[in-house]
Amino acid sequence: MAIESDVLVIGGGLAGATAAIEAARGGASVRLVAHKENTLRNASGLIDVLGYNGGDEPLVEPFEAIADLPDEHPYRKVGVEAVRESLALFDEIAGDLYEGGHTETNALSPTYGGRVKPTGRYPKSAAAGLASRTEDTLLVGFEIVTSFDAPLAAERLDSSVPFDVRGVTIRFPGEFRADARITRLATALDADELRDREQRLGTREALAARVAEYLGDAERVGFPALLGDDEHQAVREALETELGVPVFEVPMGPPSLPGMRLEDRLYEELDAEGVRVESGNPVVGYTADDGRITAVSVDRGRREVPYHAEQFVLATGGLVGKGIDSSREGVSEPVFDCHVPQPEERYEWFHDRVFDDQPYARFGVSVDDGLRPLDSSGEPEFSNLRAAGAVLGGYDMAREKSASGVSLSTGLVAGQRANEDLQ
Amino acid sequence: MTDRVDALVVGGGSTGCGIARDLAMRGLSVALVEQGNLTHGTTGRMHGLLHSGGRYAVSDQASARECIEENRVLREIASHCVEMTGGLFVQLEDDPDEYFEEKLAGCRECDIPAEVLTAEEAREREPYLTGDVKRAIAVPDGAVDPFRLCVANAADAAEHGARIETHAKVTDVLVEDGEVAGVEVEHESGPGKRNHSLPGTTEEIRADHVINATGAWAGRVGKMAGVDVEVRPSKGVMVIMNVRQVDTVVNRCRKKGDADIIVPHETTAILGTTDVEVEDPEDYPEERWEVDMMIETLSELVPILDDARTIRSFWGVRPLYEPPGTGTTDPTDITRDFFLLDHEDRDSLPGMTSIVGGKFTTYRMMAEKISDHVCAKLGVSAECRTAEEPLPGSEDFSVLRDYMDEFGLRSPIGRRSVQRLGSRADDVLETTDPNPTVCDCEAVTRAEIQDAIDGSGSDLNAVRIRTRASMGNCQGGFCCHRMANELHPRYDEPTVSEAWDELVQERWKGERHALWGEGLSQAALNYQLHATTMSLDRTPEIADFGAFDSGVETATDGGERTTGSRSSSGPRSDGGRTERGRDGD
Repeated sequence: MAIESDVLVIGGGLAGATAAIEAARGGASVRLVAHKENTLRNASGLIDVLGYNGGDEPLVEPFEAIADLPDEHPYRKVGVEAVRESLALFDEIAGDLYEGGHTETNALSPTYGGRVKPTGRYPKSAAAGLASRTEDTLLVGFEIVTSFDAPLAAERLDSSVPFDVRGVTIRFPGEFRADARITRLATALDADELRDREQRLGTREALAARVAEYLGDAERVGFPALLGDDEHQAVREALETELGVPVFEVPMGPPSLPGMRLEDRLYEELDAEGVRVESGNPVVGYTADDGRITAVSVDRGRREVPYHAEQFVLATGGLVGKGIDSSREGVSEPVFDCHVPQPEERYEWFHDRVFDDQPYARFGVSVDDGLRPLDSSGEPEFSNLRAAGAVLGGYDMAREKSASGVSLSTGLVAGQRANEDLQ
Repeated sequence: MTDRVDALVVGGGSTGCGIARDLAMRGLSVALVEQGNLTHGTTGRMHGLLHSGGRYAVSDQASARECIEENRVLREIASHCVEMTGGLFVQLEDDPDEYFEEKLAGCRECDIPAEVLTAEEAREREPYLTGDVKRAIAVPDGAVDPFRLCVANAADAAEHGARIETHAKVTDVLVEDGEVAGVEVEHESGPGKRNHSLPGTTEEIRADHVINATGAWAGRVGKMAGVDVEVRPSKGVMVIMNVRQVDTVVNRCRKKGDADIIVPHETTAILGTTDVEVEDPEDYPEERWEVDMMIETLSELVPILDDARTIRSFWGVRPLYEPPGTGTTDPTDITRDFFLLDHEDRDSLPGMTSIVGGKFTTYRMMAEKISDHVCAKLGVSAECRTAEEPLPGSEDFSVLRDYMDEFGLRSPIGRRSVQRLGSRADDVLETTDPNPTVCDCEAVTRAEIQDAIDGSGSDLNAVRIRTRASMGNCQGGFCCHRMANELHPRYDEPTVSEAWDELVQERWKGERHALWGEGLSQAALNYQLHATTMSLDRTPEIADFGAFDSGVETATDGGERTTGSRSSSGPRSDGGRTERGRDGD
């Protein structure tokens, strides 16, 4: 039987999920196909909108700065109102998992490297730790969690924030391999495993007891983001009850529990909206007729299966997610072979210092105001294809701290435009 | 502090460290000064081939004989630095038979064990060789870790009382009454172990004899003493692959040419190289054609290289030398032999000897000859013992044990640590504290990192070369910050941050030459982890914390309130209150 839907979204990250949810809410039948694990689990879980525009001073009001961005920036394509709308959609989907929606102003979050970073939305689990609050802070690290050195991060933070920060490294309660994954520690807290059989202490209480020794006059306590997976709310509440002060998570790199929690929430919403989700198989080709894509082919191992749709959304990610590919000869978009603007000479893709304004960081497809990818002469590649998220070029998400905001807003607009064209 | 020694060695590469070890073992008081890390120059920028001598068996038989002799010595004294992979000289269908026969005869004349393999036999050993193989000669080439070897020499020299001073750049050679009397060094400010002096200070170190073992930099040191040392630096590129496509050293069996060797190295394979004369050993173009040529030309030998993942590229500078007047125009024709320039004989300047030219494989033999020369000058009659005494890490290391149980490490991690550490494994890995993995790609644990910090201080690039941490597939994306964390609390936050940034920059420097395909994808991921998740790309200037969202807090009475903020209080430092202790339970 032929596989057909109104809208086919390729890519299962933040942009693809947003496009699919928005299209489904508009009444379309939507299918989402994702190849590999998406990059949400690599990301901190913070929802950055726009943290910097040029200078070293973080932006307080990200929306006000959007008008100053260059024309090719994805925010300029979708417009500031769409950015606002997409964050409202996010707030609704994220529900009690996230905070920050009460204001358009950026918050400042501590990073696990001990720096401060502007962000638009933050997991509720990180809310008490904002550097834009002023409570004196104790950071707690674990001997076997080598990514986060709490005393060092504290020393860095302390030199830049208007409150006191101390750090301490303790042993995680219980017996774990020296190289246990942080997900293993999270599940120990989830299950509240019995660590101390004589005193009948579970992991949560045992951990709180160890931290209490160092609490002093700290008004909040931060941990690396491993305070539970499914039961994270209960874990944090238990620690807060034992310690008597707010407890927070410092967002971390991969594997990121806040990223995974967000992923779970998004997929629940996709399910609730009736989006059919398939993952594990790549889209490897397409058929087109008169400038319209009629189907893409999905490689299911033994054979390639055509997936038909009226509208298509390309949300396959950037260089990291392999939505943008490259070889020694050049940079390309592998699914539809959309044009990717690039310097012809490979040695002009980069500059010599790692945090220079890197040309490669802006690689991606360029689009019109309807997010349709453009060919080298500036014409839409296909009339029914839209691109969203990191596959878009013309912006440097790391430098600007804009990754999630671009994914949300372009995902939203791609979903909306796909719906409009169905009429 | 020793500021007067019998012998002062300038240069912390393999030759300099070898000389320092040799002289110290003979009982001389020795100091070694190096402008950067140990191996900062040529030693740290080579493909790590332990020559069998086969490469020189046609063109330079004297060198070939030295190579096979030293090859045998290093297998004995530096077993933990050497992997005897074996090597092949591969003839392809269109390569001339004549050269193959010459190569074979040359190996036999030089006492290099050589066995002819048919195409089938060669491909059985190395399945990824092209189908165009005609036949091959198998020789005892190997891979050697130049960092580990060089550091082991320095460590042993220090064991014998030598002073090893890194990040100490020679700013002047002291000439008094027509004689070299020592050097002036500047202790660099920045991360690094500087037990002897404060950063930014200068120091005069006096010596009865100065040895200029600075390789491609020998001309510069010579100039400070007022003598001409005509080294001809020649650059060569090396391209590192993410896996070992070959398990033996693969050479192309034809007359000299660029891009004719693949050396398997730990988890990687290194492709080499070019040979282009340059003016300045520190400032020369690193060009795209060199990288492309390695991959394109060596794909003729091993076709999968064309699609394989490249993780970085680096360049080294050979310290080529030929006596004045020889007039060779092509650097590939310049002899790889070494020259001892006695400046008393040559320039009527007593008190200094320069050592130029030479090859890594024969570093010990060179060191022995220089040390003989220096001892003769100083009237010391002690014998050289460096060919018999194993280097630290290679003593009594013959039994493979089950390190998984012994050190509580998972077996691949334990095995790799023990291979790196050799007989030092017990000392380093036996710890009662948790010993988590810091670098996953190269399986380096905290204990090894801490041991390297013991030896090299806060310089993370020195920690890197001692341990291989951050040198794997991710090129430091997942471990640079972890390595930096290990410096704390021994070093304060500014020192750690500076070392961290230096390491991140250094990793990028080589990565940017492999910026396509998987390499570009990895670079983009590293950039996002560092700049997005950690915000390492800038130190924000925040004038008013109170202007930012401070969140909505659920108050204890159940209502919601927006927390106030002390916007009037500006940033301040209170590092003294930071608690650095670790829980003792």
